[in-house]
Amino acid sequence: MNPDTLNAVLDIGIVLAKVLFFILFPLSLVPLLVWLERKVSALIQDRPGPNRAAIGFVRLGGLIHLIGDTFKMLSKEQLIPRNVHLFHYLAAPVIIAGVALIILPVVPFADVIHLPGGKEISMQALHLDAGILWYFAMTSLMVYGVVLAGWASNNKYALLGGVRSSAQLISYELPLGLSVIGLIMTFGTVHLNDMVIAQGDLLFGFLPKWGIFIQPLAAIVFIVCAFAETNRAPFDLAEGESELVAGFHVEYGGMLFGTFFMAEYVAMVVASAMIATLFFGGWQIPYLPTERLIALAPVLSQVALAGAAVVMLGLAFLSYRFYAKYNGKFKDIRDKEGLIYCVLLILAAGGAFATMGALAMFGFPQEWGGPLFAALAQMGAFIGKILAICIFFIWVRWTLPRFRYDQLMFLGWKSLLPIALANIFLTGVMIFLTGGLKG
Amino acid sequence: MKPVKIKKVQREELNFWEKTYLVPIFQGMSVTAKHFVANLTGSIDKVNVDYPEEQKVMPKGYRGKHRLTQRDDGTVKCVACMMCATVCPANCIHIEAEEHENPEIEKRPKIFDIDLLRCVYCGYCVEACPCDAIRMDSGIYTIFAPKREDFVIHKDQLLQIKPQSEFAADARPKQGMPALPGHSAGTSSPQIFSPPARAENRDTEPMKQDSSLAPSKD
Repeated sequence: MNPDTLNAVLDIGIVLAKVLFFILFPLSLVPLLVWLERKVSALIQDRPGPNRAAIGFVRLGGLIHLIGDTFKMLSKEQLIPRNVHLFHYLAAPVIIAGVALIILPVVPFADVIHLPGGKEISMQALHLDAGILWYFAMTSLMVYGVVLAGWASNNKYALLGGVRSSAQLISYELPLGLSVIGLIMTFGTVHLNDMVIAQGDLLFGFLPKWGIFIQPLAAIVFIVCAFAETNRAPFDLAEGESELVAGFHVEYGGMLFGTFFMAEYVAMVVASAMIATLFFGGWQIPYLPTERLIALAPVLSQVALAGAAVVMLGLAFLSYRFYAKYNGKFKDIRDKEGLIYCVLLILAAGGAFATMGALAMFGFPQEWGGPLFAALAQMGAFIGKILAICIFFIWVRWTLPRFRYDQLMFLGWKSLLPIALANIFLTGVMIFLTGGLKG
Repeated sequence: MKPVKIKKVQREELNFWEKTYLVPIFQGMSVTAKHFVANLTGSIDKVNVDYPEEQKVMPKGYRGKHRLTQRDDGTVKCVACMMCATVCPANCIHIEAEEHENPEIEKRPKIFDIDLLRCVYCGYCVEACPCDAIRMDSGIYTIFAPKREDFVIHKDQLLQIKPQSEFAADARPKQGMPALPGHSAGTSSPQIFSPPARAENRDTEPMKQDSSLAPSKD
């Protein structure tokens, strides 16, 4: 095979891998988020949360429930009510899930990787000039799914939920879009990777130049609107169960409902990714820009491995404490669960130490290992930020009561919209005073 | 026509920070975060009962599953007088009598069925019984069966049920209600975690509340 075809095959392979990653990443995060949602809500409400389902002795603090949930959802009979508009009824969940999944590929997960052979891999699957505008375009399409689901269900509660939800989405899209304009003005670009690169500098020499520090008003407006866009509490009026049963998806069951359910969490991941990208520095690790990350890779990889080993030892201690506390509760192998995890975690920590030793002995493969380590570290940082913001979403949901409808409209049109407009004005003034876009 | 009286209620004005919503939101979130951290570190454990492995000991006077008491020789105490079946508002007791070999006792139940699905757990049968033959002090609050027919329990089953005080020691781990006063003292913010006063009364003085309904035996 001549090198040209090899190169082409490699390129296609990379594209396929990226596409797969950007579809599978949010989908695989969904069960994790469901687990987090259940566990965090339980701990907030002084309950133990899911902890029963087990395969053999493996309970993993309720993670096994996810497998049960999935099988339940997939194996349920698909009932379709007689009076629905079948085409639109079936199209609605597809639209919502598809739209939710199609946004994430524009988000950069790491800096462009420069491989030794002169090859460059961008960590975005969709390299669009539109950048952030793609996000706005696609989130507005979500309204169609909600409205269609509400209307096609031929049910007054579903219709009411759909109407409410569409009014909410449309009125919160405005401040959402306007809040980002200030950000676009300061960074001078709509391309997400450029925005993230711009956030790598330091402000006053010590503060990372994250969006939240240079545009705090925009950050508040954007985060509030992102909550509204994902239809999550305190903005989940579309499914106010006390008034509307379940809102727009009341007539859906089985996996069709499951699609809505999944799409809600995917939308949450997407919103978190956008918040992280725009306001929390995206894949940037504070004080460690990409070049320094690559240069320091031999040291930092050792530090990262040591940190991972310490974390694993800590978890081993916690699981041993769990074992000691609940020993003898079940009087079968489930009692030993904590002990087994403890041993496994200690072994894994040993593995991490062994890898450290091996790296120290054979030397770090700087030529290709440096860029790869930098990319992995940045991806890790970005995914960590996404998860932290998702937990924030969950935390807010289990703290705040639902808004009343007039309060919702008041907040959207009379508070957030003027704040967003004022922010644009303030940003303009600041840019004028400091002189120019790149000031 | 009398003029309508109007009472003006002075609503509390929100101050500036409350009007922004953000400050109260973060106050609320700090409350939930406190609960989250306290639960995660296990400092307010034992609010919950891990049900099948641990079971609550119900307060005295709790009307659980019925049981039939026995004489010293192990035979049924009931004399099939039909008082309970007569007083039962749900018509869930079905008794068929037969002759007892002891002429002083005269009768005993051949069949004593209670339909637990019809029973409303009012405790009238216990009140009506002239010879302390039926009681509801088993403390069993979970009544389950795979079939409808199995919810009708018969004489021999009723005879085997023990009062809660007897099998609390062995079959059920002594879990009970969480120790409320000590529990609230150990937490970081007692204002939030302290249970309502009603629950406390129920735990410490169960008889006081239930005495009107509980059987006046002993």
